[in-house]
Amino acid sequence: MHTPITLRLLSSLDRKSSITLAFFLLATLVVIPALHIFVPAESSLSVSTYAITLIGKIMCYAIVAVAMDLIWGYGGILSLGHGIFFALGGYAFGMYLMRQIGQDGSYHSNLPDFMVFLDWKQLPWYWSGSDSLVWVAALVILLPAVVAFIFGFFAFRSRIKGVYFSIITQALTYAAMLLFFRNETGFGGNNGFTDFKRIMGYSITSSETRLVLFGLTALMLAATFVFAKWLVGSKYGRVLTAIRDAESRVMFIGYNPLWFKLFIWTVSAVLCGIAGALYVPQVGIINPSEMSVANSIEIAIWVAVGGRGTLIGPIIGAFVVNLAKSWFTVSFPEYWLFFLGLLFIIVTLLLPHGLVGLWKKLMNKQGAA
Amino acid sequence: MTTVASPSVYDGTGGDGFDPMGHVADRETLDLSHKVILYLEDINVSFDGFKALKNLSLAIDAGELRCIIGPNGAGKTTMMDVITGKTRPDSGKAFFGQTIDLTRLSEPEIAHVGIGRKFQKPTIFEHHTAFENLELAMKTDKRVWRSLFAHLRDEDHDRIAATLSQIGLGDQADRQAGLLSHGQKQWLEIGMLLMQEPRLLLLDEPVAGMTDDETMKTAELFLSLAGKHSLVVVEHDMAFIEKLGGKVTVLHEGSVLTEGSLATVQNDQRVIEVYLGR
Repeated sequence: MHTPITLRLLSSLDRKSSITLAFFLLATLVVIPALHIFVPAESSLSVSTYAITLIGKIMCYAIVAVAMDLIWGYGGILSLGHGIFFALGGYAFGMYLMRQIGQDGSYHSNLPDFMVFLDWKQLPWYWSGSDSLVWVAALVILLPAVVAFIFGFFAFRSRIKGVYFSIITQALTYAAMLLFFRNETGFGGNNGFTDFKRIMGYSITSSETRLVLFGLTALMLAATFVFAKWLVGSKYGRVLTAIRDAESRVMFIGYNPLWFKLFIWTVSAVLCGIAGALYVPQVGIINPSEMSVANSIEIAIWVAVGGRGTLIGPIIGAFVVNLAKSWFTVSFPEYWLFFLGLLFIIVTLLLPHGLVGLWKKLMNKQGAA
Repeated sequence: MTTVASPSVYDGTGGDGFDPMGHVADRETLDLSHKVILYLEDINVSFDGFKALKNLSLAIDAGELRCIIGPNGAGKTTMMDVITGKTRPDSGKAFFGQTIDLTRLSEPEIAHVGIGRKFQKPTIFEHHTAFENLELAMKTDKRVWRSLFAHLRDEDHDRIAATLSQIGLGDQADRQAGLLSHGQKQWLEIGMLLMQEPRLLLLDEPVAGMTDDETMKTAELFLSLAGKHSLVVVEHDMAFIEKLGGKVTVLHEGSVLTEGSLATVQNDQRVIEVYLGR
């Protein structure tokens, strides 16, 4: 009965998932770092700093995609404002990174540059403790959790569903974006946080720091996957999909959907917050545009492209769409949004189960032939 | 919070669940000391001016099998909505046993005190297997935390298997519920109700869309449940009602028109008028 939680989590993986996970960890923790360090840049096998940053960034997005799939694919709750939780985690960790700059900013002050610029004399109260990594790590989890819990409690208690819920989440992230755009809010306004120098005293641009962040992100993605796999395989997961399919039936057999929805909603927000915190030091900037509605819609597109209701699908979707994006925005920057829209239409019309669904269909055909 | 502890039953004779202090207003204990399990008095419900229920009064005895008939729009489904907490009445009383005020409880709470409901349209979890449908319905602690770490014990497996064969789905345990036939879906939903171990079952058109053979099997199932459970069956199928043989209540325009045996109500001039038009 009392098996350790880690064992119980791992036992929820089937053979295929375990093999995939082992390969993923081998690639991200051993092969890619080794290629980056030991292979000279001229070699075609070399992994550039650019590639490390790009993959690291996409792994953060993949965590968000899994979080989105938990609520949308399994819970039937479509959020079009999940960017807010990602950004909250990013801003929370960004505060720490801003404090780590110390007096090396343009104004050589103890305060972050943007505060000097606003002629502030001291840190606002909500910045207190932001020089402590432990406190900031707690904030990364607590901030999205509290916002999600309060918002979710009122939305789910009022039984707001479907498209109405989606629109309200858009309004939420949009309102937050407008708030963070204001200089007086104390988070750098338009420009957000950038020009980070150090993390735990180590240079943030050094190869080693980048690889550590990269590895941590890979571990977090793997942990998210295993956790999600365990969650959807538990009785809780079955109740969740039951709520998605027939909520009134769930109520009349004695479950209160409010707490079931609120739990997954809050967990999903926390996962996004952690992803945001890992994203900011790797990308080197966080600004209010992360809270834009378009960003949140993109999250839904990753999940739809990969295949919702499967856990590997959203990860694949996040990689495919973002790799395409980084190629497009270099080659044909003005066409990216058209392509994204087209992709969404194609997936909606032709691939209701995304790439994973397409793959399964092809395999079935092959098996039948 | 979400759940109410499972009710212990006070049957007025002491013994199990007897609590000398509990008789006054313990909303968790089903008190059947006056033999009445469900009591509705002067219930009124209106939707945008339309009076769906008008001074509806009704009493169901413990262990009774009651059939409710009435033309479309008579208020049968609205009555079930009131009993299960989906609709709050504008006025009137709704009591489960002597002490449990249904108008103050939420849908999940009402399920926990022991009322199970089958919908008119079979409502099951189409993407889950038949087994999982029953697993989710099974009476247990239904809070989030318990669901995360829930584990089926051997006796739970046995109970689910027993219920599956009771509803004729013994060989369909691992079949996705959405792939079952219409009649099988109806039975699965009845099975889900049974897994809840309810004291009172509300069954809205349970044999709609069933073959004659399936209908008769369902009647036998219900007859075997009566006594131990109380059943309220809303139906249009007269052969089915005849087979059940209990007291029949006729609803018309939101209130009770008449009550009695099937033969009595069928010969009642007012009932004939209501069904054939004036």
